[in-house]
Amino acid sequence: MATLAENKRRRIEELIARTSEAGGVSLFRDAGRRLLRNPTAIVGGVLILLFLIIAIFAPLVAPHDPVQRFPELTRDLTVDHIPGPTAGHPLGSDPLGRDFASRMIYGARQTLFVGVLATLIGLLLGVLLGAIAGALGGRVDAIIMRLTDVMLALPSLLLAITLVALASQSTQWTVIIAVAVVNVPIFARLLRGSMLAQRESDHVLAARALGVKRHDIVLRHMLPNSLTAVIVQATLTFAVAILDAAALSFLGLGDPDINRAEWGLMLGVDGVRYFEVRPELAYFPALAIILVALGFTLLGESIREALDPKNRR
Amino acid sequence: MPLLDVRDLSVVFQRRGTRPVAAVDGVSFTVEPGQTVGLVGESGCGKSVTSLAIMGLLPRRGNTVTGEVRFEDTDLLKLRPAELRDRRGRDIGMIFQDPLSSLNPVIPLGLQVAEVLERHQGRTRREALREARGLLDAVGIPDPSRRLKEFPHQLSGGMRQRALIAIALACKPRLLIADEPTTALDVTIQAQILTLLKELVDNSGTALVMITHDLGVVAGLCDTVNVLYAGKVVERAGRHHLFAAPRHPYTDGLLQSVPRLDADRGGRLHQIRGSVSDNIPWSEGCAFAPRCDRVIDDCIGETVPLLGGALRCTNPVPKGVRV
Amino acid sequence: MVRVISRRLIQLVATVVALMTLVFFWLRSLPGGPVDALLGERATPQTRELLTRALGYDQPIWVQYGRFLKNVVTGNFGNSIRTGEPVTEVIGRAFPATIELAIAAIIIAIGLGIPLGYLAAKHRGRLLDNATIIVTLVGISIPIFFLGYLLKDWLTQDIHLFPPSGRISTGLGNTDVTGFFVLDGLLTRELDASADALWHLVLPAFTLATIPLAIIIRITRASVLDVLDEDYIRTADAKGLRHATVRKRHVLRNALLPVVTTIGLQTGALLAGAVLTEKVYNWGGLGTLITDSISGGRDYPVLQALILLAAIVFIVVNLAVDLSYAFIDPRVRVK
Repeated sequence: MATLAENKRRRIEELIARTSEAGGVSLFRDAGRRLLRNPTAIVGGVLILLFLIIAIFAPLVAPHDPVQRFPELTRDLTVDHIPGPTAGHPLGSDPLGRDFASRMIYGARQTLFVGVLATLIGLLLGVLLGAIAGALGGRVDAIIMRLTDVMLALPSLLLAITLVALASQSTQWTVIIAVAVVNVPIFARLLRGSMLAQRESDHVLAARALGVKRHDIVLRHMLPNSLTAVIVQATLTFAVAILDAAALSFLGLGDPDINRAEWGLMLGVDGVRYFEVRPELAYFPALAIILVALGFTLLGESIREALDPKNRR
Repeated sequence: MPLLDVRDLSVVFQRRGTRPVAAVDGVSFTVEPGQTVGLVGESGCGKSVTSLAIMGLLPRRGNTVTGEVRFEDTDLLKLRPAELRDRRGRDIGMIFQDPLSSLNPVIPLGLQVAEVLERHQGRTRREALREARGLLDAVGIPDPSRRLKEFPHQLSGGMRQRALIAIALACKPRLLIADEPTTALDVTIQAQILTLLKELVDNSGTALVMITHDLGVVAGLCDTVNVLYAGKVVERAGRHHLFAAPRHPYTDGLLQSVPRLDADRGGRLHQIRGSVSDNIPWSEGCAFAPRCDRVIDDCIGETVPLLGGALRCTNPVPKGVRV
Repeated sequence: MVRVISRRLIQLVATVVALMTLVFFWLRSLPGGPVDALLGERATPQTRELLTRALGYDQPIWVQYGRFLKNVVTGNFGNSIRTGEPVTEVIGRAFPATIELAIAAIIIAIGLGIPLGYLAAKHRGRLLDNATIIVTLVGISIPIFFLGYLLKDWLTQDIHLFPPSGRISTGLGNTDVTGFFVLDGLLTRELDASADALWHLVLPAFTLATIPLAIIIRITRASVLDVLDEDYIRTADAKGLRHATVRKRHVLRNALLPVVTTIGLQTGALLAGAVLTEKVYNWGGLGTLITDSISGGRDYPVLQALILLAAIVFIVVNLAVDLSYAFIDPRVRVK
C-alpha cells in the first residue's frame, strides 16, 4: 500500500515538476527571443559587453601602469595646470602625473568590482531574508518585514551615507557594504512578495496537497520562479550601485586609497576638484559611468518587458 | 433604404515585423430601421472588429479599414474624426462586453451618464444629471438618486451593464450596437439584461446589431442573423429559417453543439472538430474546410462566393434533412 | 479613515524609535566613539575622562539609552560637538534652506514631468517620444553632482546667466522672517531680495529635480499609455465625447494615480539629492550640515538628529501621499 501511494505521489510530483519546468523553459526561451528582437536590449547588452571586455582585458588594452607617475607629466604639473594629451599619453595626465587613459581603462575593473560586489552582497542578503520571511511566514516574517521598514525609512543614498558615517573610517569595503545594505530591503521585499504570490499558485498548492515536504516546495517550486524578478532588479541595482558609490566619493566618504582607479572616485574627487583646471578629468569618468549605468538600465528594463506575461503571444 | 449598409468591409491588422492579417474580410450586411440583426460566430471570427470598425473605434495605428459603412446617407469611414465624434453616442450607441472595465472607475456614475447628454444635447450639468436619474430609473436601477453619486465598483455586475445601456441609449440613437453584452454576467442576470434590451429597442424603434457567440441570445432577439467565420459572412438568414434549416455546415455544427433538453441522456454533445487555428486562407478555398464534416474536393482551390448573397458553401446541408 | 491614519502614525513612531535605537547602539559600539572624534587621538587621558563624564558616556549603556530616548521625545538633542551650539538651533537654521530648495525642485519635477510624460505618450513612437525616452534615461544615469558642476560651468562661468553659488547675493540684506529667502522678501516687500533669492534657486533646484523629473516623466508616460488601452476610454470615445474631454476627464485622472505614489517616493530621492546638490552650490542647508558633520570628525549629536528628521519627513510625506490617494481614487476611499 505504502509503495503504491508513494509511487503515485512521485509520479504526480514528476508531472508538476515537468509542467512548471516546461512553463519555465518556454517562458525563458520566449523571453530570450523577444529580447534579441528588441533594439533597446541590444544597445544595453553591447554597452555592458564592451564594459566587461575592457574590464577583463585592461592590462592588454591600457598603454601604461595606472599607478605609475611619469616624470614627463609631473614636470608640467601645477595647481592650475594639468597636462593634456601628449605622445604616449592619449588622454593626458591626472593630478598626480599618472596616465589618465590607463586609469580610465583600469577604472572599468574597479567599477565593475564595486558594482558587482555591492549588488551581489545586497542580493544574497536580501534574497536570504526574503526567502526566510516568505517560507516561514508568521512571526519571523513580521520581524523581518519590520526590519526592512526601518531600513526603508531612510532614502537609499541617505542610508548609505549614514552607514559610512557610522563606520569609524571609510575604506573601499565600507562603500561596497553601505551600497549593498541599502538594497537588502528591496530584494527582501521583492522575493517575499513574489513567494507569497507563488504560495497561492496552482502548482504550489498541488504540491502541498500531495504532502511534498516544505523545504522541497520552497527550494524546488517557489524559489526558482521568484528569482526572475530578482534578476531584473539586480540588473537595475548595478546602475544605482555605481552611481551611489560615485556620490559617496564626492561627499568625501569614498575609498581613501589614492592609487585606486575607480570611475566614481575619479569623478567625485579629482574630477570635481579640478573641474575648472581640466574638465576632462570629470567628463571621461562621468561619460563612462553614464554609459555603463545606461547599459544596465536598458538591459534590465528590456528583460522585465520581455518577461512580462502581458507581452507574450 | 436601410439604416446601416455595410459594404465589403475589410480590416487588415499589421504589426511591425508580422504578416498582415485580415480580421474582417469583405463583410457586407444591412440593418433596416428598427430591425434587430445578429452577428454570430466564435471568438476571433471578426465580429467585434466589425463593430469597432463601424464605430471608428479601432486603434488608429496598425490597421487598415476598407469598404463602406453607410449610415443613412453618409459613409462613416469617410468622415473626419471630429465629425464621427459628433455622431457617436448621438446616432449610434454602443455597449460592451465587460461592464466593470467599461466604466471609468474614478468618475461618479451620474457624470458618466450626464456627460453624453451635455455633449450631444447641449444640456447643462444640472439638467443632464436630472435626466440621467430618469434614464437610470428607466433601465431598472433602483434608487437612482443615490446611484448617481456612486462609483462603478459599488454596483453589481448587472447594474453596471444597465448603466452602460442607459448611457448608450441616453440620446435616443437610431442604432445600438451591443458587443456580447451578456457574456460577462451571471446566467440569471443575462436574461434580465436581454429582456431589458428587447423592451427598450422595441419601444423606441431603435435598430440593434447584436454581436454574440450565444445562439440562445440570437434565438430570442434577432430578426436576421449573419453567421461569420474567419472574417467572412458564411450564412445569412432570418431567425426562423436559420434555426429550422441551417444550410452551412458551420451553422449546423454550431446549432448541434447547443445542449438540448430533449436529447438522449448520456448522449455525447456534438462538437466541431479542431479549432480556428486549422483554418486555411480564404484564397485557397473554404476556410472552414479542414474542420468540416461535409468537405468535398470542390471546397479546396478558390474562394467560395456568397451564393445568392446568403450562403458561402459548395456542399451545403440539404434542405429539410435536419430533424 | 481615522483608524487607518492612527494605525499608520503608530507604525511611524515605532519605525522611527527602532531606527534611532539602532543608530544609538551602533554609535556606542564604535571604538573611541565621539570622544575620540572630538579630541583627536593625542588628547591626554585626563581631558578624555573629563569629557567622557561631561557627555555622560561613563554611565551604563541602558541609562544612556533611557536618557537618549527622553531627550528625543523632549526634542533635546544636546549640543553640536563641532560648534557647541544646541543641535536644534543648528538644524533649525539649515532647515528652511533645504525645504526651500526641495519645494522648488518638486514643483519643477511635477510641473514639467506630468505634461512632458503626457506629451510623450500622446506622440508615442514619434520623434518627441523617442527623444524624451533618451533624455530621461540619461537623466537617471547621470551622477547629479556632475550635472550640477556641468550646469554651473556652462551657465555661470561661460555665460553669466545665473549666480554660481549661495542662496542670495552678499550685500542684499534681507530681513530674516521665516528663513525661506524667497518668501521673506515677499513678506517684507523687499522684492529685489526675493527675486535675487529666486535667481539663486534656479540652478540648484533644476539639478536636484533631475532624477525625480526623469522618473515622473517615465511613469506618467507609461501610465497614460496603459490607461489609453483601457475599456472605459473606448466607452468614452463611443459616447462621442470631445477629444479634449476624453483626455482630461477620463485619461489624465486615472493616469495620475501611479504618478502620485511616485512623487511620494521621489521626495526620498530629493532628500538624498539635496546632500549632493547643496555641496555643489554651497547652499548651506541640511545637506551641507550632513556633509560637515561627517567630514570634520563625526558630529554624532547632529547626525542623530538629522537621521531622525530625514526619516520622519520621508515617512510623513509618504503617509500624506497615501492619504491623498484616497481623494483621487474612490476605490480606496471605501475600504
